[in-house]
Amino acid sequence: MQEKIAQLRGAFKDALSAAKDAPALEALRVEYLGKKGSVAALMQNLRSLAGEEKKAAGQVINELKTGVEQAIKAAGEALAEAELKAQIAAAKPYDVSLPVRTPHGSYHPITLVQREVERIFVTMGFTVEEYPEVVDDYHCFEALNIPKHHPARDMQDTYYLSNGQLLKTHTSAAQNSIMRKYGAPLRAIFPGRCFRNESIDACHENTFFQMEGIMIDRDISISNLIYFMKTMLSEVFQRDVKVRLRPGFFPFVEPGFELDISCLICGGEGCPSCKDSGWLELCPCGMIHPRVLEMGGIDTNEYTGFAFGLGLTRLAMMRYGIKDIRDFNSGSLKALAQFEG
Amino acid sequence: MLVSMNWIRDFVDLDGLDLDALIHRFTLSTAEVEDVLHYGADTVGVIAARIVSVEKHPDSRKLHLLKVDTGSAVLDVVCGAPNVRAGMTVAFAPAGSTVSGHAIGEAKIAGYASNGMCCSEAELGLSDEDDGILDITWPVALGTPLGEFAQLTDTVFEVDNKSLTNRPDLWGIYGIAREFSALAGRPLLPIPQADLRAYDSLPAVSIELRDPSCYRFSSIQVENIHVAQSPLNMRVRLSRCGMRGINLLADLTNYLMLEMGQPMHAYDKRYTDSFVVQKFPEPFQFQNLDGQFRTIDIETLMICRQDETPVSLAGIMGGLESEIKDDTTALCLESATFDPVAIRKSSVRLGHRTDASARYEKALDPSMTVPAIARFVYLLQQIDPGALVVSRLSDVQNYAYPSQTIQLEKRFIDRYTGIPIDDARIVEILTALGFGVTQTGEGFSVTVPSWRATKDVSLAADLVEEITRVYGYDNFEIHTTRSILRPVREDPGKTLDTLAKDFLVRRVHLHEVHSYIWCDKEKFAALDLPVEDNVRLLNSVNPNHEVLRNTLTPTLLTFVAENRGYASEYGIFETGRVVKGTDERGEAAERKTLGIVLFSKDADEETLFFRLRDIVTDLLLAVKRIAPVYTKTAVTHAWQHPANTFALSADGQTIGTLGTLHPRNAKKIDKKAAIVYAEIDMPTLAALAAAPIAYREPSKFPGISVDLSFVLGQGVFFAQIASAIAALETAALSHHELVDIFALEDGASSVTVRLHFVSPEKTLTRGEIQPVLDRLVGKLAGQGIALKG
Repeated sequence: MQEKIAQLRGAFKDALSAAKDAPALEALRVEYLGKKGSVAALMQNLRSLAGEEKKAAGQVINELKTGVEQAIKAAGEALAEAELKAQIAAAKPYDVSLPVRTPHGSYHPITLVQREVERIFVTMGFTVEEYPEVVDDYHCFEALNIPKHHPARDMQDTYYLSNGQLLKTHTSAAQNSIMRKYGAPLRAIFPGRCFRNESIDACHENTFFQMEGIMIDRDISISNLIYFMKTMLSEVFQRDVKVRLRPGFFPFVEPGFELDISCLICGGEGCPSCKDSGWLELCPCGMIHPRVLEMGGIDTNEYTGFAFGLGLTRLAMMRYGIKDIRDFNSGSLKALAQFEG
Repeated sequence: MLVSMNWIRDFVDLDGLDLDALIHRFTLSTAEVEDVLHYGADTVGVIAARIVSVEKHPDSRKLHLLKVDTGSAVLDVVCGAPNVRAGMTVAFAPAGSTVSGHAIGEAKIAGYASNGMCCSEAELGLSDEDDGILDITWPVALGTPLGEFAQLTDTVFEVDNKSLTNRPDLWGIYGIAREFSALAGRPLLPIPQADLRAYDSLPAVSIELRDPSCYRFSSIQVENIHVAQSPLNMRVRLSRCGMRGINLLADLTNYLMLEMGQPMHAYDKRYTDSFVVQKFPEPFQFQNLDGQFRTIDIETLMICRQDETPVSLAGIMGGLESEIKDDTTALCLESATFDPVAIRKSSVRLGHRTDASARYEKALDPSMTVPAIARFVYLLQQIDPGALVVSRLSDVQNYAYPSQTIQLEKRFIDRYTGIPIDDARIVEILTALGFGVTQTGEGFSVTVPSWRATKDVSLAADLVEEITRVYGYDNFEIHTTRSILRPVREDPGKTLDTLAKDFLVRRVHLHEVHSYIWCDKEKFAALDLPVEDNVRLLNSVNPNHEVLRNTLTPTLLTFVAENRGYASEYGIFETGRVVKGTDERGEAAERKTLGIVLFSKDADEETLFFRLRDIVTDLLLAVKRIAPVYTKTAVTHAWQHPANTFALSADGQTIGTLGTLHPRNAKKIDKKAAIVYAEIDMPTLAALAAAPIAYREPSKFPGISVDLSFVLGQGVFFAQIASAIAALETAALSHHELVDIFALEDGASSVTVRLHFVSPEKTLTRGEIQPVLDRLVGKLAGQGIALKG
């Protein structure tokens, strides 16, 4: 018996080293461990033995069985491993540096700048309002304390329309409607397209974007206005900007200011961009004129507020270094497709 | 406007102060200074000297040999000026002096020694006048440094006129001096004036105001004037402030206008000695002193003589005939104020704006007319002591601005500024600016001075500005607001705008553009696009821009035409405004519209059309989870293709159009390219409720799919199959899809639809769904859509 077992063990060893692939291994497994396999046959032979002999032989057969099982498993794993290695060795390494060929779309630069600024205001609790481009004289002028024949209208080269309306000359035209819509307290910005009837060149456009903002609440003060403008502009320019206010005349604010920021190019030292002054005139602002608040239905005994205007087109020119303002409305994809989204 | 600091210092003592720093304060507190100029530092050692004798140079036709008396010596000078004469007092630059940066030395000119130079106005930087040397007609001790009596050294700054629009008082040096007085904390000195009461017994000048737009008219007459030229220092000041010297009387009126902001006009008394101010019922021609003839219409106010002969265009410019001549020795003075709107309108209608009209349209203070005359008489008598006033001051006033007293509560100032400013400072600032201030229990009672009461200051908020600008915004302590936090809901239109742009740029790679709100006649014509009747622009400076667009596609098509060479395939879009005529109230029916145009030289039109249809469908699914329905519709614009124009609707509402171009226009853009367009009305889309997400538990059992192929005859839409499937109303049918389509003969096509069935309870068998399939096939057969064998 022991002899038979030793014989079988020897034969398995030879057969295993001859098995070079998965089917051969499987055949080997069936031959030795299958129901009718060699190990099972040995088990049958055990019946002819008895006592200690039977017990000892059984133990040896079991050891043989376990040994065969483990050897086949190990050989199988080694084979799989070798196969993966061969696969890896044969794999093609990709050239990740090949040019990217995905098509891309683009946002209009105004959209990009507008979204950026809007996001800042939204985090500060401002609502964003859209307003028509065709407005009436009342909203564009009267409700902003600019009566007919006021010299301030000299500053506006207005496009008048055949139906008696006009193309809005400034986003301030939305102030009255927004005050009437929400009442006080109120925090709103209203970006929009504005129109000035003038000839266009690299620095002048008849169609451009502004963004107006108003904040109305109890006891809003000039001090708050300066604080707010500084905070907001530092956020817009992603750095701590210095601001200074100068008196500026706009009929819809009192007092009215021209706000300058320290020149972004030279940091205030003086350079050609700021005409050596160290300051850039950036946005008009002011405390909303009491008459404008009244016309907007706001109780001036209780509420005060401030308003400011940002030139979005100008901001986009500064942000992207666009030198010719006509690029914005040119529709030229050579220019506009660069603003990939 | 140019401001001479020497002139300012006539009225405020600024000794010991840094002028440049003060001018910077002026920018921060009053109005924007655009430029600061420093004059005279490069001219040193020039003195007044007299030419004693003039001899012709023996060898030169142009040169003269002079003897010049400097008060301490008589020097030999060679001079080339044509106007030299003995006895002339000149600006003399002796050897060792510097003239406009050029060092003057001893020289030999054409063989003769020259110990200095007689200067022209140009050489001294006073004007462009270089035809001859400067003739100092004013008596001055020889040897007096020119800088001393002519004030050659000066700091002059230029203020942006636009920043003075609301401040009529700043259109004169004296008003600006008042600002410097407040900013520097130094007192403002009074303007020396003649006491006109001395002439009360003399006859009056006849003045008749026949029109309410003349607010006030004051006049006086002066005779026996024999000084013809203004003193040098006056000419220097006029020149520094940008005006040319003419003759004494014209210069004096200009000087007064610059100094007090009050335009004045001096008439030759021989021609004008009385005044009627009126309009005329018929237009006529009038010649101004600039020599131009202008048509005076019935709205334009004229100054006339008593006999109604017009002598001046009121508030704008005098007439040629009544102007001061070389032999004028007697004058009749006008010092008046007018309705600012009337002057502005006349000036706009005539297309003629002058220094006077620019001031009048700012609403000048009518109480200035009389002091201006008193100042004029004072200066004239200083210059020409023989000048004789021959009339009393005559003054007619039609209109006075109401006087203003404002109650200014301290509480209001505190609330408006947000910082504490003490009472004493408030009183100090307002008083320095000329306001009358008395303290009351609650704060202050403030009287507005007449020069600020014409329009500028009328409210407590206006006074806060006066206080804060002088206090200095740089001195403000700044702090944040104390406001209640409230959630902010985004406007649905805004949400849609963001989603749509993101979808179009990021998912389908289109390019966003902005186009104009009007139709460009020339560009439209080039593409055979008609400019359709709509709301029109009345006054565009560009004659090509007359009509507003009523649809977005044509302006986008002009871009497509211009971008033809950009790439063989691209798409652009815009969310812009169009005006669809007017509504029942006559107001522009403005709609925010999304326009998309695809262009391709690679794909055929049909492929491109379906690409855009899929984009539009996907967009609607992305923003509202609603699949739009497309129906063939009639064209509304000539550029649309009669066969392939489709209305787009969602939730039963029409929201846009999709289609191809009329071949006429397509060919104009590019003969070989395919172009398709879509437009969506954004407010309608924004207003649609997004379809809810109806979650269904996924079935644990496998489903079953069945493919059916049908034959669609030409002109039969797939929509028939889709609606037949929808009408099956079988719970087991989960969805269907189009898996294959190909053309058959005669324009028919074969379509294969895959129907997916699934049950939440069990595995379905083909037998169980066969009745449903039979029903579908039967129904479609009834509509002439046969199952393909």
